[in-house]
Amino acid sequence: MSPPVIEIRGVTKSFGELQVLGGIDLAVEEHEAVALIGASGSGKSTLLRCVDLLTEIDDGDIFLDGEVITDPSVDPVGVRRRLGLIFQAYNLFPHLNVLDNVVLGIHKGQGVPRSEAEAAARELLARFGLDGREDDNPERLSGGQQQRVAIARAFAARPRAMLLDEITSALDPELVGDVLRAVRELKGEGVTMLLATHEMGFAREVADRVGFLHEGRLVEVGPPEQVLEDPQTPETRKFLRRLLDAGRA
Amino acid sequence: MTDRRAERAAERRRRDRRGLLIATVSTVVVIGGLALAILTSPGWEDVQRTFFSWEVFRDSFPDIFKAFWLDIRVFMVAEVAILILGLIVALARTSTAPALFPLRLIAVVYTDVFRGIPTILLVYLIGFGVPALVSSSTESGGALDWLPTEPVILGGIALTLSYGAYVAEVYRAGLRSVHPSQREAALAVGLTERQSMRHVVLPQAVRSVGPPLLNDFIALQKDVALIAIIGVTGEAFRQAQIATAADFNYTPLLGAALLYLAVTIPLARMLDRWQRSRDR
Repeated sequence: MSPPVIEIRGVTKSFGELQVLGGIDLAVEEHEAVALIGASGSGKSTLLRCVDLLTEIDDGDIFLDGEVITDPSVDPVGVRRRLGLIFQAYNLFPHLNVLDNVVLGIHKGQGVPRSEAEAAARELLARFGLDGREDDNPERLSGGQQQRVAIARAFAARPRAMLLDEITSALDPELVGDVLRAVRELKGEGVTMLLATHEMGFAREVADRVGFLHEGRLVEVGPPEQVLEDPQTPETRKFLRRLLDAGRA
Repeated sequence: MTDRRAERAAERRRRDRRGLLIATVSTVVVIGGLALAILTSPGWEDVQRTFFSWEVFRDSFPDIFKAFWLDIRVFMVAEVAILILGLIVALARTSTAPALFPLRLIAVVYTDVFRGIPTILLVYLIGFGVPALVSSSTESGGALDWLPTEPVILGGIALTLSYGAYVAEVYRAGLRSVHPSQREAALAVGLTERQSMRHVVLPQAVRSVGPPLLNDFIALQKDVALIAIIGVTGEAFRQAQIATAADFNYTPLLGAALLYLAVTIPLARMLDRWQRSRDR
């Protein structure tokens, strides 16, 4: 049996005195989507950034396709080329048009010839409903459109896994749907995903498993029906009840 | 409803007309009063003869105008050299590779030293020091004969070294102004550190520093006149000085001042427009 695409073992991370991750164990299998839920500051984003090697872990190991990626001897560039990270705030390149935002990584990063990279980028943008916007400055797009450009940008190199960091949190409610549709499409293609989200409906629909993070620990992991409908730990129950009271679940 | 709207528009027009009238009257009174006071004051004719003599202006201006062409050329060449030098120094200072540590050190020392020395001192030091060095080296074997001794070139080098330090700091501020999330986004799509600097951070930094760079170039355009002190002939300020020395009439210097203004004022307006368009 092949190893999990992403495997996180005993990962800890502190920023100064503050421990953000207190020993995380989690594996994401091929074609699987795992959603991390939890309050702000519970460590969801930090964990995703650690997997993409943008934040260095303190202890433990992270494996990609069975190879350790968190040793200092590993070239982070090669690892990031096999992963696709999408940020909460899109982080598109404001000096490049929509097309070049998608092209830059595959052309300069992956070394795909420019014409091929452009063709691939056009096709992908069209799939996410952005045809005709290729020459626009990203700042002229709505938040939902910008985030779909970011999805295309991260997916363009067909990464082994996609990391989605609260990709709908910065969006107006009426724009969330289009972005979620794009993610659903990725899921339909069998893309392996590890995602952090505030949208319980989204987690329920897209995720094969849901993990609840509480103060830097994975308190509960299981199928969405179980974690979201019949939580086993008091922390999860409390978190979900608070969401329910706020009308978010 | 329509009546109310018309009423308001009429009231607004009345107010605008009154404002315009007040501004006009007040301008005429203040400026006219000042002009009258100056023109009727007892010393005005002497002032006019010394600074605003039309005959002297007419006779001296063509030569000054021709000489100003040299100022423009020195300005243009120095500007390109400064942009390149400043960028190299700024990139050296922001580099993190251990192998580049000596470069980083040199960049820091360079900006500290050359920003702290008066430009006029630097022009003097290089403009007279280098020719002195070359002539003493010629006596002892000529190992340094290859150094330039042309005052205009040495002056250009001095200006480049002085302004390069300022411009390097402007670039560095620009590099810092690009949000770290841009670098991270570039790394996340698989670029190396160097590629993310080259394709993502640097282009945005250069865009953000356009206005402050232009500001430095307005200052540079004026400081080109400093090369007159090391004997560069055919430069506008020098030419005006020569014309002034002929009969102690200072009108030629004002002629030269007009030429500098003819370049710096449009540059300043351009800068204003640029900044306004970016604030929008």
